Amino acid sequence: MTELLRAHGLAKSFRGLKAVASASFDVAEGEIAALIGPNGAGKTTVFNLIAGVHAPDAGTIHFGGRPIHGLRPDQICAAGIGRTFQLVKPFPTLSVLDNVVVGALRVERTVAGARAAALAVLGRLGLEARAAHPAATLTLSDRRRLEIARALATRPRLLLLDEVMAGLRPTECDQLVEVFRGLHRSEGVTILLIEHVMRAVMALAQRIAVLDRGEVIATGTPGEVVNDPAVLSCYLGEDTEL
Amino acid sequence: MTRAARLLAILLVAAVVFPWIAGPYALSVATLILYFAYTSQAWNVMMGFAGQLSLGHALYVGIGAYAAGALYYHLGIGPWAGLPLAIAVAALAGVIIGWLAFRFGVAGVYFALLTIAFAEFTRIGFDHMAWTGGPGGMFLPVAERDHIDLLHFRGPPALYYYAMLALTAGALALCARLLDSRAGYYWRAIRDNEDAAQALGVHVFRWKLLAVAISAGMTAISGVFFAFYYNNLFPEQIFSTGRSIEIILGSVIGGVGTLFGPILGAAALTLLSEAVTAALAALGWEVPGAKQVVYGVVLLGVVVFLPHGIWPPLAHRLGIRR
Repeated sequence: MTELLRAHGLAKSFRGLKAVASASFDVAEGEIAALIGPNGAGKTTVFNLIAGVHAPDAGTIHFGGRPIHGLRPDQICAAGIGRTFQLVKPFPTLSVLDNVVVGALRVERTVAGARAAALAVLGRLGLEARAAHPAATLTLSDRRRLEIARALATRPRLLLLDEVMAGLRPTECDQLVEVFRGLHRSEGVTILLIEHVMRAVMALAQRIAVLDRGEVIATGTPGEVVNDPAVLSCYLGEDTEL
Repeated sequence: MTRAARLLAILLVAAVVFPWIAGPYALSVATLILYFAYTSQAWNVMMGFAGQLSLGHALYVGIGAYAAGALYYHLGIGPWAGLPLAIAVAALAGVIIGWLAFRFGVAGVYFALLTIAFAEFTRIGFDHMAWTGGPGGMFLPVAERDHIDLLHFRGPPALYYYAMLALTAGALALCARLLDSRAGYYWRAIRDNEDAAQALGVHVFRWKLLAVAISAGMTAISGVFFAFYYNNLFPEQIFSTGRSIEIILGSVIGGVGTLFGPILGAAALTLLSEAVTAALAALGWEVPGAKQVVYGVVLLGVVVFLPHGIWPPLAHRLGIRR
């Protein structure tokens, strides 16, 4: 497996507070990887560094061999990284279809082409029945699907998912896990999950990096990570059941 | 033919035959309605489509009016050459303001304040420049009005009416095209959520600048019309914030971001204003500011009872989308 994303020595401080100290990890082409860690570990900061929301103070991020640290979010998207937002950000007055059309226009040259591509993506996420509804009328679970549909419509090589399971009921969570499994199988899209919900991480991730106090303290398969003493002490604790 | 297209065709035919049946007063009111409809439509591109609130659109009207007016006044060059100059200068002014604001993250109400500031200091600047005639005004030479001189845009009132009708129809068609284009999708995405738009690969800065440039350029055309219709220009009047607000009201009352809202709103407000003036005159209460009070009350009424403007609920009732 060749590596698609490589983060090396990432550091970022906010007003003197070190959010990320020296984080290094990589994501291989075609895998589902997860970045986990306790609250305040720096997961969201790492996510924002990759997505171009912040530029790192130090360190590098390479995507497909190309440096992408310090690029704007739209350039990151153009490079082939699609993202979702933890607090969903649909375009509320646009229809569900038009929301996805905006994403599809990144690769499609015409609006008609983008509409056709968007409809296909909506079908894959089970949102086609809602296509004409304003995005503001969707349930949280459907808004999450819409975020994923929009990101997928930009045809990313890597899909960044920011706590995409947060606030979902277990059944909704399991349905979404199936959606990702399906996407991974059918299109081979590489996925990096930043996730709190262990149920989803354990079901999806082939490789996990554990972040604690801004540093990566362990990487490995789910089985390796949960048995790592450093991880157990910092994150999972003795009485956590998996 | 869809219902909307049929309705539009009927309206257009009515508007074309209107000068034959209307008297001079009705014609001047209709011209005014179209003037506000067009200008409000231009403003709507920036606010209604791309979500960037300008409270200083009188700036672009003034720039357009003075660019074409000065060319005619000083050099005798007619409006057809003045038009592209007016559009170019106004679009450039818009791009400069937009660049400053978007580059340094001035957004929302602060952006709106910036647009007022630019209109205000341009007004003060124009008051002190020799070529504009300053506060004394610039008076374009008025020729015989009974024969049509298209080259210098001179002729009877119907000429101005038809010019405004063509502009309004053209702006409607342009806006409909824009909304269905890549720009329209990107603008509405930016309006609804800038971060999400950017994450989908939209170069937000560039598309916002384009909205400002198009809106400013379109607005400059109403300035050129204004100069050759009224023939006198005063910085105090043309750049005033009151003018900017008048431009906006059509869209606000009709429906921000809609295609027909600006036209409907401009018609409603202009007719209302004329009716109030006539009613007050008939009653013998010619109180200064009475018109503004009525405007204020109507605006309040619309905000409270029709927060999305007159058009969206009407469109729904007529079974028309948008």
